[in-house]
Amino acid sequence: MNNRINEKLNKEGKILSIYFTAGFPRLEDTRKVMLSLQKAGVDMLEIGLPYSDPLADGPTIQESSTAALKNGMSSQKLFEQLEGIRNEIHIPLIVMGYFNAMLQFGVEAFCKKCFELGIDGIIMPDLPLEIYQKEYRGIFEKYNLHNIFLITPQTSQERIRLMDEVSNSFIYMVSSASTTGSNAGFGKEHMQYFERIAKMNLKNKLVVGFGIKDEETFMQATKFTKGSIIGSAFIKHLSKNGIKSIPDFVKTIKS
Amino acid sequence: MKRKNPYLADEAGFYGKFGGAFIPEMLYPNIENLKQHYIKIIEEDSFQKELNNLLKDYVGRPTPLYFAERMSEKYAAKIYLKREDLCHTGAHKINNTIGQILLAKRLGKKRIIAETGAGQHGVATATACALMGMECIIYMGAVDIKRQAPNVSRMKMLGAKVIPANSGSKTLKDATNEAIRDWISNPENTHYIIGSVVGPHPYPDLVARFQAIISKETKAQLLEKEGRENPDYVIACVGGGSNAAGLYYHYLDQKDVQIIAVEAAGKGILTNKSAATTALGKEGIIHGSKTLLMQNPDGQITEPYSISAGLDYPGIGPMHAHLFESGRAKFVSITDENAMLAGLELSKTEGIIPAIETAHAFAIFKEMKFKKDDVLVFNLSGRGDKDLQTYIDYFEF
Ligand SMILES: Cc1ncc(COP(=O)(O)O)c(C=O)c1O
Repeated sequence: MNNRINEKLNKEGKILSIYFTAGFPRLEDTRKVMLSLQKAGVDMLEIGLPYSDPLADGPTIQESSTAALKNGMSSQKLFEQLEGIRNEIHIPLIVMGYFNAMLQFGVEAFCKKCFELGIDGIIMPDLPLEIYQKEYRGIFEKYNLHNIFLITPQTSQERIRLMDEVSNSFIYMVSSASTTGSNAGFGKEHMQYFERIAKMNLKNKLVVGFGIKDEETFMQATKFTKGSIIGSAFIKHLSKNGIKSIPDFVKTIKS
Repeated sequence: MKRKNPYLADEAGFYGKFGGAFIPEMLYPNIENLKQHYIKIIEEDSFQKELNNLLKDYVGRPTPLYFAERMSEKYAAKIYLKREDLCHTGAHKINNTIGQILLAKRLGKKRIIAETGAGQHGVATATACALMGMECIIYMGAVDIKRQAPNVSRMKMLGAKVIPANSGSKTLKDATNEAIRDWISNPENTHYIIGSVVGPHPYPDLVARFQAIISKETKAQLLEKEGRENPDYVIACVGGGSNAAGLYYHYLDQKDVQIIAVEAAGKGILTNKSAATTALGKEGIIHGSKTLLMQNPDGQITEPYSISAGLDYPGIGPMHAHLFESGRAKFVSITDENAMLAGLELSKTEGIIPAIETAHAFAIFKEMKFKKDDVLVFNLSGRGDKDLQTYIDYFEF
């Protein structure tokens, strides 16, 4: 079944998606950050559910997660904060977190809650494809939640095809072998990887994440793909300049 | 065909409902590569030959099975000690690092990473790397770097680079996170030598196979001394569970052998300062494995505490979670105080100063009574040199 993510993906133009950590910088900032990002013209949001041990994340998101948890963020709290969010936010919403949080809440209860709140997709980097297919796919589909899979430069073509088959939204292309927040920029090797995957002509669109930090890296990442996701660079900006300056950040990426 | 042992990993790495590989996609190629090759490689004759030679001449195996006469008298049972403390570098950890470095070489890896808590696994890894001329990077919590300074120096002297983990509680759990993040960023040239029977499949099985030498030797040695391969009890401390897995391995499907696992209660399981995972933990995911772990209701992993850095881990390996849930093993938790007293007692009674991790196992006599003819085998997993300062501070020698 299609939802807001598919609608957005099917429109013209490149997509800018922003990841932010819920409950950061202050516990009650979640909604304010979302509204500000939407107003600034961001196309899609990834709501980061903070976790104590985020294996795929670099220092910036680790620190924002630790701060958010200290502020009192939790699955329950996030769901409370998102109550009625669809009266105000119309762009696609994705919850990104780590699988243990979902497991403890109860996978079905978590999905049901997401559905009721109007969440469109889930990214759980440590819920592997095989286990998703075997145990949880039915639940996700029942609540019309798209589960989004990550691929890396090391992922085999065969495996990418398998993910493409199981997905119904986009494939999350991790830009390089690294955790989030890499500052190195993109070179020839990255461009070749983006192009190589684009040429596979997958049924799902491609969105690139990890290491996108400015207009240049955004342009590079979207040259062959539909869009890109910014996380650490946004959180750094937010930490330094506060919520008021969110439009300034978005303007520097996508004018 | 041999009947499948229900206490060992199935093909997907599950022990009952525990185990598996809950890993981010970035780790998939590495883990898959390991999974595809590890059994084949370690069963090769040339691998076995090289491993056994090193275990014999470099590690100093077989380690003795020592009949502890005075302890036996004191507690009216037949007490045997499997002397892993006599291994090179002073603990069982090197059985695993030697095995894994040979595996890494055959996988064509050039760079080794590892996590360490007390520094024992870090030293054993640095030692194996020095032996093989491989680059070695050890992640260690910033807090542990301070409290285990001599082991940090040993690692450096052996040529390893020690990188402080500054996230979270800055201890073993966080060092493990950092090692995993390093592996994500270096997927092609690097092998991660994990230090216990934890982490994603195939690690728990891989490490258990390398530690299984402990019970293999015990069987032969006990046969010689007692005329039987099987004791009545096997007893070991459990941090992640590697020394315990080694001692239990060949006894898992022997119903006449009772398995006792000793966890660290810290200051007591009701105090919030504890590492007794089966007493306080719930099913969840830590470091890529579904197992029992200490966490809050929201699924955030909580900070463990134990006086011994090697037991200061909020989870246990999936094999042990299954042994616990199935009732195959009995789990007992021991406080700091009782562990320290047991360490002192073993020192004075047998002339062996155990690691504080190991000392936890010997406090079992405070919790359980045994019959006069019961044969008990303890895994004396490590020696106490590294803990001298902690003993001194505790007893004010
Ligand atoms: C001597 C000794 N025993 C036991 C342990 C605990 O680890 P495991 O449960 O993997 O044997 C350690 C860990 O550092 C150790 O150094």
